[in-house]
Amino acid sequence: MLSNIGVALLLLVLILSFLIIYNSSLELKTSSQSIRKNIYQLSLFQITFTVLSFFTLIIGFINSDFSLINVYENSHTAKPLFYKIAGTWGNHEGSLLLWVNILVIFSYLFLIFNHTHNKKFRLYTLIFQNILILGFLFFLLLNSNPFNSIYPVPAEGLGLNPILQDPALAIHPPLLYVGFVGCSIYFSAAMASLLSSYAGKLFAQSIKTWVKISWCFQTLGIIVGSIWAYYELGWGGFWFWDPVENASLLPWFAITALMHSLIVLEKRNTLYSWVIILCLSTFILSVTGTFLVRSGILNSVHTFASDPSRGIYILSFLSFMIFSALIIFFTKYKKENYNFNLKSRETFILANNWFMVFFLVTVLIGMLYPIFLDVLTNVKISVGPPFFNIVIIPLAIPLMFLMAIGPKFSWIKSQNKFFYKILFLILGAIIINLFIFYFFGKYSLLSNLIFIAAIFLILYSLLDIKNIFNKKNKFKLPRVTSHLSFGFLVFFIGINYQFSLEEDFNLKVGEIKETNNYEINFEEIKIKENKNYKAVIGNFKLTNLKSNLVQYLNPEIRIYSNPETLTYEAAIKTRVTSDLYLTMSNVSRSDYYNIKFQKKPFMIWIWISALMISLGGFIQLILKKNEN
Amino acid sequence: MKISISKIIIFSFIIFFLSVFWLGLKIDNNYDTKSLIGSKISNFHITEINNENQYISEEDLRKNKYTLINFFASWCAPCRAEHKYLLSLSNQNKRIKIIGINFKDKKINANNFLKDLGNPYNFVGKDTDGKISISFGIYGIPESILVNNELTVIKKIIGPIDQVQFEDVLKIIQ
Repeated sequence: MLSNIGVALLLLVLILSFLIIYNSSLELKTSSQSIRKNIYQLSLFQITFTVLSFFTLIIGFINSDFSLINVYENSHTAKPLFYKIAGTWGNHEGSLLLWVNILVIFSYLFLIFNHTHNKKFRLYTLIFQNILILGFLFFLLLNSNPFNSIYPVPAEGLGLNPILQDPALAIHPPLLYVGFVGCSIYFSAAMASLLSSYAGKLFAQSIKTWVKISWCFQTLGIIVGSIWAYYELGWGGFWFWDPVENASLLPWFAITALMHSLIVLEKRNTLYSWVIILCLSTFILSVTGTFLVRSGILNSVHTFASDPSRGIYILSFLSFMIFSALIIFFTKYKKENYNFNLKSRETFILANNWFMVFFLVTVLIGMLYPIFLDVLTNVKISVGPPFFNIVIIPLAIPLMFLMAIGPKFSWIKSQNKFFYKILFLILGAIIINLFIFYFFGKYSLLSNLIFIAAIFLILYSLLDIKNIFNKKNKFKLPRVTSHLSFGFLVFFIGINYQFSLEEDFNLKVGEIKETNNYEINFEEIKIKENKNYKAVIGNFKLTNLKSNLVQYLNPEIRIYSNPETLTYEAAIKTRVTSDLYLTMSNVSRSDYYNIKFQKKPFMIWIWISALMISLGGFIQLILKKNEN
Repeated sequence: MKISISKIIIFSFIIFFLSVFWLGLKIDNNYDTKSLIGSKISNFHITEINNENQYISEEDLRKNKYTLINFFASWCAPCRAEHKYLLSLSNQNKRIKIIGINFKDKKINANNFLKDLGNPYNFVGKDTDGKISISFGIYGIPESILVNNELTVIKKIIGPIDQVQFEDVLKIIQ
């Protein structure tokens, strides 16, 4: 039943997309200033049916309708309601339906909110967006239909992978999807801009808000994924340079560069071609990332969703996108003249772009090199954190200096009057760094430079914030918030990296272990039955030998029944200055448990700074709305 | 569009990238089990799912002209899809015996599975911890291996048996 409704709705959306493309092409030739009503109506129908199809699938999950293969494979009656709903997008087919939904929603919103812009430009955007919608809709219907039915109807489902049953992971895919698929709209807009010659300043204004929205959601989505990895995967780390994490970083670098160069295009009406390239490559990189993750070329925690036959389809569509983008770009490309004063703000914004492109290329090479080597020479290697750390971290030092100073250079030309202020703040940063170095521990020259640069950025941004409140110039607040938070993020990651403790040992119930000023007492083991899993809970008494502070930590081993899986839940005590992190795992055929104990300074502040970076973007969206 | 050197370079770069991706899709990330074809199986010894004392060994396989060893589990959806082909194989054809190996499953679920959907197997072996399946190079179920009376592997089917595979098996055993 639901299967038929779902497929019928999707077919209606398919027909509507064709109709929208057809009507828009006709409309291009008319001379009237505004777009005919029927295109709005078709789009409204399209968005309604798409959203309805998604709700149909959600209903299937809520009611545990196992006649749908997708529900049968990814859900179970014993699952809490929240995870039944989250299960909708916790699998390949459902998440692809979410993907199509976001394409359609952005298409509709762009059409109605940009009514002040050129008609031809809007129509072309609508056409390209609908070509994208068609591409993914065909993929959905032919290869990955979430509404496929199964007969005979099974009595019980197989259950969602337990490591995905987690609140952070329930919201992680929707956030990332709004971020990554949201990029589609300015991919379409960029193509439209080339074809309709609607260029420069006005084009920048038309896509500005959309770029910011997708930037905010991408940033937030990546952070939520990282938080999940921290407490669920039980390694105590939060960034692993895992291929999938890298895949999510690629579009993020491109969009961050885009967000900055868009300012130049809007204010100075230059850099148009570069902005177009960034618009096109952001979405192309998003799809490339999806291709690498979904096709199974890369192996990682996300391989739950991999299948080579999908790969061929996504790759064909990706090639189609890239070649049509390239051909249209080269046909319409006009040479621009750039006359920038070396000390102007544009130069600094361009500098940001160089950094982002450098990071992008580094991550891309690190990601693709193993694939290329495997394909061309049959040698299997993996590029790990050392490569990325060596190449990327040193470059963060000049980047942070520029992040502080760059925005202060007024448009076109600047004076040297900031010179003394900068010198003074650098001196301040060096003194603070020396203080940390002297009292808390030794670290390398590179780390010293990182700390100095981060502290400099923090100090500089704090001064900026003071000025903002004195002058009540709130429009600089978003930028300063994001830059300041980035400084804090690097600073806290640095501290965390330098001063983390990690101990690994085996204990059995009743034993006591002393390590690094802590006494760890393994008091008992409890077994608890829950709705869909059985938990083995360890009770550990942790005594700080210096302050005699006692804390209890309860790591768990969870045995899920559907499907049968073991997961290890870390016990984390978060405090203002540090996290205590304890995981236990059973050692087979013995009474001993393997215990991993970590003390990680300022973990909570890493999350707060990271969230503040995206908060900067959200503040800007709110301020813009009020301004209008 | 005018053709210039820089454009040619950009296009060839992208074509190169895309073709590497395309080739990458064809590479088997897991170890290759196709080499199993033509090799002989040895140390074959599997106990019956409901009876610890009953087992099947190489000698039993030699008695059959063809044996299809099918790895299945009650929790595996594609196994349900291929089940009808197994049933019709066992009903129509006397030249082939089918051995089911129950992979990482509970006894009660496996028995219910066979009760609900029908039992095509001449013998159901158990593989609760999945070790036997690993020695056959199974990396996902369902999978099936066709052997002849000399214990040589003739065909390996990865994934569920579909119409094409079904007809192929029939052709081989004629």
